[in-house]
Amino acid sequence: MCERKDNKGSSRRDFLRMAAQGAGGMALVMVGGGHSLVSANAVSEGGSDRRGPMEYDPSKHRYLYVIDVDKCIGCGSCVRACERENQVPRHFFRTWIERYQVSRTGEVYVDSPNGGHDGFAPSETGADISKAFFVPKLCNHCDNTPCVQLCPVGASFVSPDGVVLVDDKRCIGCSYCVQGCPYGSRFIHPETHTASKCTLCYHRLVRGESTACVQNCPTGARQLGDSRSLGDKVAEIVATSKVHVLKPELHTEPKCFYVNSSREVR
Amino acid sequence: MHGQSLNFLFPNDVHIMWSLMIVLYPYITGLVAGAFIVGSLYHVFGRSELKPVSRLAMVASLSFLLVATLPLLSHLGHPERALNIVITPHFTSAMSAFGMIYAAYLILVVLEIWLLFRSEIIELAARSTGIKRGLLKMAALGVYDISDEARRADHKVVTVLAALGIPAACILHGYVGFMFGSVKANAFWSTPLMPIIFLFSAVTSGIAMIIILYETLSAVNGRKISGDCLQSLAGYLWLFATVTVTLEILEIVTLSYAQDEEWLIVGPLIRDKIAFSFIGIQMVFGSLIPFILLGIVVTLKRYLTAGMRNVITFIAALILLIQVFSMRWNVVIGGQIFSKSGIGFRENYVPELGTREGVAAALCIFIIPFLIMGAFNRLLPLAVEDGDAQARSH
Repeated sequence: MCERKDNKGSSRRDFLRMAAQGAGGMALVMVGGGHSLVSANAVSEGGSDRRGPMEYDPSKHRYLYVIDVDKCIGCGSCVRACERENQVPRHFFRTWIERYQVSRTGEVYVDSPNGGHDGFAPSETGADISKAFFVPKLCNHCDNTPCVQLCPVGASFVSPDGVVLVDDKRCIGCSYCVQGCPYGSRFIHPETHTASKCTLCYHRLVRGESTACVQNCPTGARQLGDSRSLGDKVAEIVATSKVHVLKPELHTEPKCFYVNSSREVR
Repeated sequence: MHGQSLNFLFPNDVHIMWSLMIVLYPYITGLVAGAFIVGSLYHVFGRSELKPVSRLAMVASLSFLLVATLPLLSHLGHPERALNIVITPHFTSAMSAFGMIYAAYLILVVLEIWLLFRSEIIELAARSTGIKRGLLKMAALGVYDISDEARRADHKVVTVLAALGIPAACILHGYVGFMFGSVKANAFWSTPLMPIIFLFSAVTSGIAMIIILYETLSAVNGRKISGDCLQSLAGYLWLFATVTVTLEILEIVTLSYAQDEEWLIVGPLIRDKIAFSFIGIQMVFGSLIPFILLGIVVTLKRYLTAGMRNVITFIAALILLIQVFSMRWNVVIGGQIFSKSGIGFRENYVPELGTREGVAAALCIFIIPFLIMGAFNRLLPLAVEDGDAQARSH
């Protein structure tokens, strides 16, 4: 759930009902003004399934996120788009980009200046770099998610479409979920003092639009799919390609999949 | 991963989320559990030499219990929603059990203490006047039967409650350790040993605190310290401190020897980032010195005068209280100094002074139990006369 202004005053249950039954018009009105630059698009790239939140049924969707590491150029458009779309506070990130540089002798240099918000300056490692790549990161929207497990009041939850959300009207700000997220995807919002994270731009999903980061990626490195949508291209990538997830040893079952990644990625 | 050259933190991992208050919270609950165990040694296991501290231990446990929630409230982003943990608990979270465990334990300890002091309350009420009499009559809850039969019944219930209180105290503090041990995202916390280490260190801190309180109370009241009691407490403290430190060392040695991925970050953490507080304070100053001091008290008792024994035990107990605090610090803060990237460290954490999670607030919270004990002692003396022990003492 968008913790800040897109669903103020609503509880978790209210929000889902709102999304499903139509009261979500309020959310639409509140966030609707800022999207003129973003073309109306379906969740899957190139689709045309635009709709109002009235028709949104979370049980009919199952979102997947695919990142093609080879396609990311580290421009930071996604980070900036996310910041604008979700009013992410400075120095906190719902999504970010990491730059990996690996030398011939095996040293791994990783950096993410300001989360990749402003792109990346030329490398100054001084090492003989043999491979380098950018890795976009965001909440992995895990199926077996530790953050939801750890939340003592049920403020963190997985919605029926698989999106991990936070009810900021219920969150007590204990930070247990922040401690429990292995991917560093959560933070305590400095103004609301509640847990905040990527919502997959839920307010856009209910309108049949894709996330701001996907919409603004100039190379198609980020793709959002829906495994409950017949013939979904992104779901097909996950089903047929060699994909991997971050920290698989923790068995969090992420729904964020990486293509063309490398073993150095944390 | 080999040859890391850059310190890399996930961008959101810049801040320490759990600060001094979350160090204080397990420290206080550890004292609650540990003090109760000391009381139970007398009430359940018949360690009669501990009679002089039997009431003190129970009241100390309650006093610390009454402030155990304050560090959490100071920490929460929305303390006004704290009761959500009880109203809408999410049972997959260890933290959600806090309300129930706390409430159950509080009821048990209050009942235990009321039964322990019931006779005195009634007798004192009869001798008192004014507000004190009113307070004591209220505390008697309208039950004025102090016949021998009633006292025997009280004693039986006290024993049962103290017996029930042992697992309750263990759950109360084991749960705190579980809260850390179950966070699989954290290489330093995530070990099944964590609740066990927390539990043993809790008993260590509880015994140490009772020694400090007993010696201080005796000095303030001008009473003689029971030699048997202190000697016994020193022995238990030595035993529990030794087991605690052994477990703490075993955890690190196992991590180091297995050379798992966790060690790649925990190794540098211990060697570089928390070397002073972990190796210096927790292991050398906090463990080795008390081990030697208490070893002297336990094994060389025939060569020590009562005064020497009292002073050495007091110093060892004080150092062990610091040791347990440093253990809490190293777990809570140390576990957050590295990023979940596994290849980077934050700036070292220095607590602020005047904020609601700062040093001043922590000190205020920590002082409250002593004020409660002082007030309690003024109304109902915590010291217990023990004729046998007095006679045996040096």
